Amino acid sequence: MQVPILKQRDYLIASIQAALTDADLLQLRDALVSQVGTYRSRGVIVDVTALDVMDSFAVRTLRDLAHMIRLRGAETVIVGIQPEVSFAMVQLGLTLEGVSTALDLEEGLAYLDKKLRTITAPIIKKRV
Amino acid sequence: MHSQEITVPVNADIDIVTARQKGRELARDLGFTSTDLALIATAISELARNIILYANSGDILLSVVENGTRRGLKVVARDDGPGIPDIERALEEGFSTSRSLGLGLSGVRRLMDEFDIVSEVGNGTTVTVKKWRL
Amino acid sequence: MSKEEIFAEATAVYDNYVDVLETGAVEALQDYARNLSERIIPRGVETHEVVGIVLLLRDVLARSLFSKYRQDFDKLSRVLDAYEPAANRIGSTVAVSFVQERERIIREQQEAIRELSTPVLPVRERLLILPIIGMVDPLRARQLTEQLLRGIRTNRARVVVMDITGVPAMDATVANHLVQTVEASRLLGATVIVTGLSPELAQTLVNIGVDLSKMNTVGDLQGGIEEAERQLGYRVIPMVEEPPVQS
Repeated sequence: MQVPILKQRDYLIASIQAALTDADLLQLRDALVSQVGTYRSRGVIVDVTALDVMDSFAVRTLRDLAHMIRLRGAETVIVGIQPEVSFAMVQLGLTLEGVSTALDLEEGLAYLDKKLRTITAPIIKKRV
Repeated sequence: MHSQEITVPVNADIDIVTARQKGRELARDLGFTSTDLALIATAISELARNIILYANSGDILLSVVENGTRRGLKVVARDDGPGIPDIERALEEGFSTSRSLGLGLSGVRRLMDEFDIVSEVGNGTTVTVKKWRL
Repeated sequence: MSKEEIFAEATAVYDNYVDVLETGAVEALQDYARNLSERIIPRGVETHEVVGIVLLLRDVLARSLFSKYRQDFDKLSRVLDAYEPAANRIGSTVAVSFVQERERIIREQQEAIRELSTPVLPVRERLLILPIIGMVDPLRARQLTEQLLRGIRTNRARVVVMDITGVPAMDATVANHLVQTVEASRLLGATVIVTGLSPELAQTLVNIGVDLSKMNTVGDLQGGIEEAERQLGYRVIPMVEEPPVQS
């Protein structure tokens, strides 16, 4: 089952809708890496809200995804990890180290904005 | 009312999803908390994945167990794979997430209440885990 | 219990007794015993009272068998051979059901106490405070983690200040839980600032291999809140009193 990938400004957003098989996850990884090149995106958000399990394969694949996308000059954020899922992940020792995470889509976008936007010049007030 | 015992054959990666979803349903009927449901589903996912990775085929047997007034879920993961030569080492805390290693068994043991493994080189592996409802 | 209630229960016990002796099946008795336990435990009935009645009935019935068959010793022996194991089974079934029900109630109460003792407090927007007080056992640690993670999600917190000033000691297992809580919170996009870490606790963490430089720690709760506000981009400015207007 293919995961829909949306383009928003220079970001790509992939929202996972339901439980994915291993093959689906690999396909998503490849699709995102490819599209980052095609659209010259600077940020990728993967929304895993609908995933009720993140096992060792899912974590490995997402880590690979983030690394491959960084090699293409873009930043990845994983959003929507459920509280119960995060608990199970740390029990298994899977910490998604080196990959940025945020609470949800809104936070993910805020994070990317902050990280990628150029700093605006400070305004200097002068007495005329 | 669900049946008390379900067997899920595990031959392809899609069976991993089936096994953990069935396990989750059974656990939900038993009244486990949402956190425990996630732990159980994750443990089943890892066990089923091991079958795919290291054996030709196997199955996951899900059943309800009782101990006095307590009820729980039992998961038995059997495969016809090559067996584990050094079980102690496989259970070591230094669980590696790299591609080649990492049976995840020490993690599965952390997720569940009871853990047992029987494995013989050339004779397959059987992992039995249980989680009790508080 | 009132006299009428006692009479009704004793009659029910007697009926169940006879039922078991006649049919040999204890399921009905087990159900009755569980039901009885559910009703009387909240009223403070003690185990010895319940077991007392069952044993009393056993002896009363035994005596009536004695007087009925006292002329024929062989027959009495055979009757007792059948009666004694059945009567003992009844006694233990009732006692065990009663105790199991009590244990179930105690477990529920413990769960409720644990929930009440770990509050997660939203203090400012995006900021949660988790004051932990008292000894933490693995079960409480797990409760804490679950509540915190849910709290992060509900309040959309970006920073959590976890104050452990009030925790006297921690073993390696619980210290591990602490570390896991910090890691799990990060997966939800929240950073955790640990405050009130005593030198002893710091040593425990180091001993289990925690890299304290990776953990965000601040001396006390006040400092922790200030650090959190700084991370969230708040600037707290003291209010200056306006001088009174001169007319």
